[in-house]
Amino acid sequence: FSLLSSCFPRSCTFYLVLCIILFLLAQESWVCVLYFQIHFVLLVSRQGKVRLTKWYSPYTQKERSKVIRELSGVILNRGPKLCNFIEWRGYKVVYKRYASLYFCMCIDEADNELEVLEIIHHYVEILDRYFGSVCELDLIFNFHKAYYILDELLIAGELQESSKKTVARIISAQDQLVEAAKEEASSISNIIAQATK
Amino acid sequence: MSGMRGLSVFISDIRNCQNKEAERLRVDKELGNIRTCFKNDKGLTPYKKKKYVWKMLYIHMLGYDVDFGHMEAVSLISAPKYPEKQVGYIVTSCLLNENHDFLRLAINAVRNDIIGRNETYQCLALTLVGNIGGREFAESLAPDVQKLLISSSCRPLVRKKAALCLLRLFRKNPDVVNADGWCVLNTLLFQFIDVPFIFSSSYAYRADRMAQLLDERDLGVLTSSMSLLVSLVSNDYEGYSSCLPKCVKILERLARNQDVPQEYTYYGIPSPWLQVKTMRALQYFPTIEDPSTRRSLFEVLQRILMGTDVVKNVNKNNASHAVLFEALSLVMHLNAEKEMMSQCVALLGKFISVREPNIRYLGLENMTRMLMITDAQDIIKKHQPQIITSLKDPDISIRRRALDLLYGMCDVSNAKGIVEELLQYLSTAEFSMREELSLKAAILAEKFAPDLSWYVDVILQLIDNAGDFVSDDIWFRVVQFVTNNEDLQPYAASKVREYMDKIAIHETMVKVSAYILGEYGHLLARRPGCSARELFGILHEKLPTVSSPTIPLLLSTYAKLLMHAQPPDIELQKQIWNVFKKYESSIDVEIQQRAVEYFELSKKGAALMDVLAEMPKFPERQSSLIKKVEDVEDTADQSAIKLRAQQLPSNALVLADPQPVNGTPPPLKVPSISGIKLDHESASQTQSQPNGDLSKVQSQIPSADLLGEMVDPLAIEAPPVDMGSHQRVYREEDGIPDEVDGTAIVPIGDQANKVEPIGNITERFNALCLKDSGVLYEDPYIQIGVKAEWRGHHGRLVLFLGNKVTSPLTSVQALILPPAHLKLELSLVPDTIPPRAQVQCPLEVMNIRPSRDVAVLDFSYKFGTSMVVSAKLRLPAVLNKFLQPLQLTSEEFFPQWRSLSGPPLKLQEVVRGVRPLSLSEMENLFNSFRVTICPGLDPNPNNLVASTTFYSENTRPMLCLARIETDPADRTQLRLTVASGDSTLTFELKEFIKEQLIAIPMGSRALVPAVPVPAAPLAQPPSPAVDANDPGAMLAGLL
Repeated sequence: FSLLSSCFPRSCTFYLVLCIILFLLAQESWVCVLYFQIHFVLLVSRQGKVRLTKWYSPYTQKERSKVIRELSGVILNRGPKLCNFIEWRGYKVVYKRYASLYFCMCIDEADNELEVLEIIHHYVEILDRYFGSVCELDLIFNFHKAYYILDELLIAGELQESSKKTVARIISAQDQLVEAAKEEASSISNIIAQATK
Repeated sequence: MSGMRGLSVFISDIRNCQNKEAERLRVDKELGNIRTCFKNDKGLTPYKKKKYVWKMLYIHMLGYDVDFGHMEAVSLISAPKYPEKQVGYIVTSCLLNENHDFLRLAINAVRNDIIGRNETYQCLALTLVGNIGGREFAESLAPDVQKLLISSSCRPLVRKKAALCLLRLFRKNPDVVNADGWCVLNTLLFQFIDVPFIFSSSYAYRADRMAQLLDERDLGVLTSSMSLLVSLVSNDYEGYSSCLPKCVKILERLARNQDVPQEYTYYGIPSPWLQVKTMRALQYFPTIEDPSTRRSLFEVLQRILMGTDVVKNVNKNNASHAVLFEALSLVMHLNAEKEMMSQCVALLGKFISVREPNIRYLGLENMTRMLMITDAQDIIKKHQPQIITSLKDPDISIRRRALDLLYGMCDVSNAKGIVEELLQYLSTAEFSMREELSLKAAILAEKFAPDLSWYVDVILQLIDNAGDFVSDDIWFRVVQFVTNNEDLQPYAASKVREYMDKIAIHETMVKVSAYILGEYGHLLARRPGCSARELFGILHEKLPTVSSPTIPLLLSTYAKLLMHAQPPDIELQKQIWNVFKKYESSIDVEIQQRAVEYFELSKKGAALMDVLAEMPKFPERQSSLIKKVEDVEDTADQSAIKLRAQQLPSNALVLADPQPVNGTPPPLKVPSISGIKLDHESASQTQSQPNGDLSKVQSQIPSADLLGEMVDPLAIEAPPVDMGSHQRVYREEDGIPDEVDGTAIVPIGDQANKVEPIGNITERFNALCLKDSGVLYEDPYIQIGVKAEWRGHHGRLVLFLGNKVTSPLTSVQALILPPAHLKLELSLVPDTIPPRAQVQCPLEVMNIRPSRDVAVLDFSYKFGTSMVVSAKLRLPAVLNKFLQPLQLTSEEFFPQWRSLSGPPLKLQEVVRGVRPLSLSEMENLFNSFRVTICPGLDPNPNNLVASTTFYSENTRPMLCLARIETDPADRTQLRLTVASGDSTLTFELKEFIKEQLIAIPMGSRALVPAVPVPAAPLAQPPSPAVDANDPGAMLAGLL
C-alpha cells in the first residue's frame, strides 16, 4: 500500500482505490448489501390506532407518520386467509393479527419472512406470559411494559434473546428494582413526615 | 409503574374521546400542561418528570408532534435512581433518532453507564446505543462496547447486548468504526507502532476474535454474536474463514439437538432463529473449501431438507419452514450437488401447490431465485400451470410473486402461453398491478416473439385491454417495429383497421391507428372499406373523443391520406380542407400550425409528396422498456429483473466525480448492477462527501442508499496512509506563554498569498463565545465551522472543515496551541480535503483551572501547487463555556454572599467606560454568557444579582456570585462585585465580566490591557482539602 502511495499523488490513489473497490463490489452484487433485519415494529389496532412503534432505522417524525398511515391502510384492508407478508416500497412487511391487534415488522426483501413471523409470535407469547393472557387493554395501559419487553427481545432490529424464560427473568428483575426504589422513596418520605410532625 | 395514576387517567381520557377532534384537544391540553411544568422545572420531582415523559411518549406514539421536552427525557438518563434512568433511556430511544442533536448531550452519561460497574445500567445504555446509536456514539463508544463484548467477567446478559450494540455501530457508521468494526481496538492498540503491521495483522486478529465469540456456550450471546457475524461478512467475508467451520459446528449441534437447553427450543425446534442466522452467515462466503466441513454441512442440509414435515401446529410449522427455506437458499447458493438441487426444486414444486398461503408465497419467491441456476429452468417450467393458477390467487402478494416468476421463466418456448395468460389476467387485475403487468407483457412479447405479427397482435390487445396503463413507450416501440419491417406494415395496417370498427376504443389505440393508417393505409387501398375516404371517415369519427395532444397526430394522418388518395379524390380533399380550416384558429399552437401548414402544402400538390414521404427507418436501439421496468420496479425488483438485466448487454454506467479534477485518473466505467439501485446521483453524492456528511447520507432510509453506506468506509481510506505521523497533539502542560495573547492573533501571511478571509475573524470569534455553533473562519476555498457541547469541565468541539471548491485542498494541518489551563485533544485531521467535501474533526477540551487565556488553532493548507494559506484562529473555548447557569433564591444566595467576605474571595471594582446598556439589555448579556440573573433579590431596582457554577478539574463545581450596581444617572460606570470560593476564579471571572461589559459587541479583546496575574498566593489553585471546607463549593455540590 505504501509503495502505491509513493508513486501516485494521494488524491489519485484515493480515487483509484475507490474505483477498484466499487468495481469489485459491482461484480459480486449480493455480497455488498449490508444485512439488516428489522427496520421497525408497529402495533396497530383494528381501528387503526397505534399501540406501539419502535424504529430501528432512522426515520424522521414525518416519515414515521407517513409509514404508519400507509401501512395500516394496506394491512387493515387485507382479508383473513391471505399470507402474512406484503410487499411495500421495496421492503417486506410481515404481520400477524392477534385478536384486535396487528403486529407488523418491516424487513428487507431478501430476508427470511417466516423467521420474523415467529419473532412476532415469540414476542406475543412473552407478553402473554407477563400479563397473563394479554389483551389489547393491557398493552394500552401498560405500553411502557411492552416497550421494556421489546427491548429485551430486539436490539438494533436483531433478535437478542430466544429464551422466553430469560426474558421473563430479566423483566421481573427490572420490576423488582423499580419496586425497591419505590419502597425506599416511600420509607424516606415516611421518615420525613414523622420528623416534621 | 402501576401506581402512575396520572398516566392511566390520561390514557383513558384519550380512549374516551369521541372523535379525532376531541382527542386533539385533549392532547393539546396535556402538552400545554407538560410544557408549563417543564418550564419551571425546579419543583419537579423525579416521579412527576417520569410521568410527563411517559405521557410525551404516548402522545408521540399517537402520531402527534412532540417538539419539546426532549431535554427532560435525555436528562433522566443521568438520574441516579434506576426507575428514572430506565424511563430516560427508553423514552429517549423512542423519541429521538440518530440524527438528533440532543443525543450529543447524552453521550457522556451513556458512556459513564457503559464503563461503570452496574450491569443493569450497562444494559440500559447498551440498549439505547444499539437502538439509535449514530455516528457520534460510534466514535466515542465503540472501543468500550467491544471491551464489554470480549470481557470474560461480564455476564451473558450484558455481552449479548454489547454484540448487537457493536453491530449497530458498525452497520450505521462503518467509517467511524474504521471500515471494519472489529479492528478498531486493534488499531488503537497498535496505533503508534508500525502502520503496515496493522494492515497485515488486523484480519487475523479480528477473525480470531469473532471465531472466539462463536465458541460461546450461552445461546443468547451466540444468537447476538451470529447477527454480528452476518453483518460483518455481509460487508466483507474476507478474513473470516476461520468462522466458517465453527458455523457448521453450531448448525450441526442445533440440527441434531445436542446440548440445547430446553428454554432455547421453540415448539420443539432448537432455536430456529440461530439456525437461520447461521445459514445466512454461510451464504456470504462464496464457497466452502475444506472437504470435511463441506461434507458435514451437506449432511445437515440434507437432514433439514428431508426431515421437515408439515405439521398441524402453525408456529411449529412456520419455525421449521423458516429453517427449511434458509437451507434451500444455502443449497442454491452453494449450487453444488446436483441431486440436492433437484430435491430443492421438487420441494418448491410441492410448496407452490399447498393451501397454506405463506408457504405458497415463499415457494414462488424461492422458485424465482432458483431461476438464477440455469439447469433448473426446465424443471420449473413443468410447474407453469400451477404458477398460472397462482396468478389468480386472491392474495396480491402471491399474485405479484407469480407474475415475477412467470416473467423470469419466460423464454421463446413458452412465451406465447405466458403472454396470453398475462393479457387475460390484465383485464381482471387490480389497478395497482396493471402498469407493471402491461409493461412486462410488452417486454416479453418483444423479446421472445416467435413472429412479429404476433408481437403486433399482443401489443394491440394490450392497448385494447388496458389502454390507461400502456405508457407511450410501448406504442412508440410498436411503431418502430412496424416502420423497420416492411413485411409487417400491411398486416399492422389491417389489424388496426379492425380495431377501428369497435365502438369505443382507447385514445392510445386512436394514436397508434392514426399513425399506422397514415403511413401504411394506402397499402390496403384495394380491400373493402379501406379506401382513403373511408379511412378518413372512420378516423374522423374519433376526433371529437380525443384530447388535444392527439389531434395534431390526426391532422398529419389526414394530410397523408390526402396525398396517398389515388386517384385524387376531390370530395375527400374538400372534407379535409374543411377540417384544416376549422383548426386554423385553434387555441393550441401545435394544432394551429399543423392545420395551417398542411392546408398550404396540400394546395401545392408536388411539395406535399416530399414533405409527407414515408418515414425513414429508425436506427436499431435497445428497448427503452427494459430500462423502464428496472426503474419503475419497486415492489418486485428482485431476482427476475436482475436475471433479465444480466441477459441484456450491460449498459455502462459512468461512476465518477462530475467535475474532472487535476490528478484524478479518468473515470472508470463500471458495469451496472441493476439489482441495487445505483444511480449517478447517489454515486456522485457519496463520492463527493467521502467523510460522510452526516445530515445528508443518514437522513435517507437506509436501503435506498445502501451503496452510499458502502462507499463511505472506503472513501475514508485515503488518509490513513501515514496516520501516525499526522497525529500531532500538543499537550504542553507548561503552557504557551506569549503567542496566545490577544493581539498576536491575526491570520498571518495575508499579503503573501492574497487569500482574504471572508468576514471579520474577531467578530466571528466573539459571536462564537456566546453561542455554540457557527462559522469560525471562511475564505474563498475553505470554511471552518464549529459546533460545541459543554458539560461540566468537559467540552467537545467539532471542527467542520468544508472545501468550497472543486479541487482538493492538500497538506492540511491543524495544530492546537493550548494555554496552560486547558487540555485539548484534536483528532486526526486528514491531509487532504476532497473537492466539495466536509471533514469533521472532533476536539476534546478539558478545563483544568480558571483562566481567560484562549486556545489557538494554527491552521494551514495548500491550494493548487504552490499557494499556502495559513491562519491562526482563536478557539471559542473560553471561560464562560465552563459555566452552568444556576438561579438562586434569596435564601440560598445571601448566606453564601455573606460567608464569602472580602478579598481575595470577593473582589470589588468600579468599572468605567462601560457601553451604556439598559438594565434589561444587561440582563440579557449576562444570561447569554451563562451568568444567570436572579431577579428580585436585590432590594435596589438598579442593581443586578447573578449566580452561576463554574466547572474545572481543579476547583470542581464552584458557585460564583456577582452583583452589579448601576448608576441610573451615568450608565457608563458601574460597580462590580464578584465572589466565589476560589480566589483565582473570582479574579478571572471579574475580569471576564468586565471585558464583556466594555467590549460588547464592537471591541476586540486587544483593547483591554493585559491584566497582570494576581499575586502569587492568590494564583495558586486551592488544594482539594480546602475545597471540601469551602461553603460555596459545598453548596454547588449539593445543587
